[in-house]
Amino acid sequence: MSFFLEVLVGGLLAGVMYSLVAIGFVLIYKASGVFNFAQGSLVLFGALTFVSLVERHVAPWLAFAATLVALVLIAIAIERAVLRPLVNRTPIVLFMATLGLSFILEGAAQLFWGAQVHGLDLGIDDKPLQLGGVMISQFDLFAAATAGVLVIALSLLTNRTRLGLSLRAVADDPLAALAVGIRLPRIWAIVWSLAGFVSLVAGLLWGARLGVQFSLSLVVLKALPVLIIGGFSSIGGAIVGGLLVGASEKLAEVYLGSLVGGGIENWFPYVLAILFLLARPAGLFGEPAVERV
Amino acid sequence: MSTIVIRRPRLNVAAPATLGLVIAVGLAILAAVPGVASEYWLSAVLTPFLILSLAGLGLNLLTGYAGQLSLGTAAFMAVGAYATYNFAVRVPGLSLLADLLLGGLITAIIGTLFGLPSLRIKGFYLIASTLAAQFFIEWLLTKVSWFSNDDTSGVLSAPRLSIFGWSIATPVSRYQFVLGVVVVVFVVASSLVRSELGRRWMAVRDMDTAAAVIGIPIGRTKLLAFAVSSFVIGIAGALWAFAYLGTVEPHGFDLNLSFEVLFIIIIGGMGSIAGNFYGAAFIVLLPIALSHAAGALAAIGVDVGQLQNLQKILFGTLIIVFLIKEPDGLARLVQIARQRLRNWPLRA
Repeated sequence: MSFFLEVLVGGLLAGVMYSLVAIGFVLIYKASGVFNFAQGSLVLFGALTFVSLVERHVAPWLAFAATLVALVLIAIAIERAVLRPLVNRTPIVLFMATLGLSFILEGAAQLFWGAQVHGLDLGIDDKPLQLGGVMISQFDLFAAATAGVLVIALSLLTNRTRLGLSLRAVADDPLAALAVGIRLPRIWAIVWSLAGFVSLVAGLLWGARLGVQFSLSLVVLKALPVLIIGGFSSIGGAIVGGLLVGASEKLAEVYLGSLVGGGIENWFPYVLAILFLLARPAGLFGEPAVERV
Repeated sequence: MSTIVIRRPRLNVAAPATLGLVIAVGLAILAAVPGVASEYWLSAVLTPFLILSLAGLGLNLLTGYAGQLSLGTAAFMAVGAYATYNFAVRVPGLSLLADLLLGGLITAIIGTLFGLPSLRIKGFYLIASTLAAQFFIEWLLTKVSWFSNDDTSGVLSAPRLSIFGWSIATPVSRYQFVLGVVVVVFVVASSLVRSELGRRWMAVRDMDTAAAVIGIPIGRTKLLAFAVSSFVIGIAGALWAFAYLGTVEPHGFDLNLSFEVLFIIIIGGMGSIAGNFYGAAFIVLLPIALSHAAGALAAIGVDVGQLQNLQKILFGTLIIVFLIKEPDGLARLVQIARQRLRNWPLRA
């Protein structure tokens, strides 16, 4: 039983890490209706830039700030060069554009900083903690706490500030938002910057866990089922989806994987996501799409 | 009196006579190529170019014509390769062509299976289903050694290829074999997209509600798109494994290959038959051109080892530029150029 609990808790905490990536998606999807495949590349770009700066003896806080500035500049560039010309195009075209974007970001990140693996030490011990008979990784707890703080901060931002009001207006109805004088391009740039910030945080946590390297951009593939289960437009959904995916994936790997030879972690979340899709096409917390003909 | 406005079709269909002429000339050139091209060009450039065009065609039928996005192309190529291999190895006496056809049929069945969620979900939710195919099939082919005739690492070695006593072992004969298959499939596909089924696909792509209203069975049309597309992709996968690579493992059919085929149809032109050739030529030739340009780049201080990153940036940029400036891809550009040439001395 305690083994089961340990796997479950480990999975839940791993799921929090997926949610971190998924939150960036949700932010962008809500504000601009773009399914941003480049989120993983942003994670890679952020983490790689931060690590490379720190390795060049830049103080960590300065490196963090500099990376953030770079991500904001990228967000503005994306709004100018990609989103603005593609306004009013179908979601699939926008998705494919972000696919191109992810190639550019990955290429650029490795062009500037090289392709070797960097270690990243955030100064958090990864000693397992004994909690009620269950071993829990301290690092995972830290990651979960970070995600919690991030979610609270984001929901305060969207629910308590004027900026958040504009964000929600744009998410609700872009045309109506334009009509009352909200500047859509500026909102997009802000949202992409926010997503850049979230992906930097995710990148640092994932980077400390896996090492900062190319495969970091593949977390996007882990975040996709999370989004589908949670719904594309709900931050809470991203968290719940992440927990569900993390827990079921680890449990399946341990209990089912041994029957079929292991390695099912890669595709199990997708099967789970499809099952969810068949039952609830808009995800657990997503808004069901109303279609006008 | 009311006037009826008829929208120009997305791509002009050339008059049958010119089309026939173009095809004949193109075929003559491609058939004459082995006489002039070196072995390197045949086996490392032209053969993969033809096979990727075929894979592009398969995806284009699904995405460009029927509007269903798929990221599982490489997995379906793998199914085609492994199915064909198993028919070749386990059923003696079957002709290679029969193996290919059966491999394609198996892929069509698997493709339809993973297309089933498209009955209920659409848009990029469908990415989840096709990505599931991508990861699941790659995993299954690695884990179950039966598929690779009990090779423990899942590696396939191409069986000896021959049809009707013609042994396909040299780069020239492999090229000719691939050319033959590709031409046949392209001819069938280009008439298919002008048939009733092709028009149904386009109707579903452009607006599924309207398509349903005029009586098109949406579910069946979508599933047929998955089946036909997977059939073509499966044949491309078998050719990729046996006529191009020689030996394959499941990880050779990874997500990157899926992306590559998707880029072929974005750059070449979605909803175009000829565009697959342009896109594939682009994808195959760009890395070669880049490595030739490496000397010049080295002179201005660019590290040669960075070529791959530069290539990625270039691909990404091109995709975005094409999506913004020319959503119908190279096929549309070629068409515009042809129109200009036709009018040339009289109108600019």
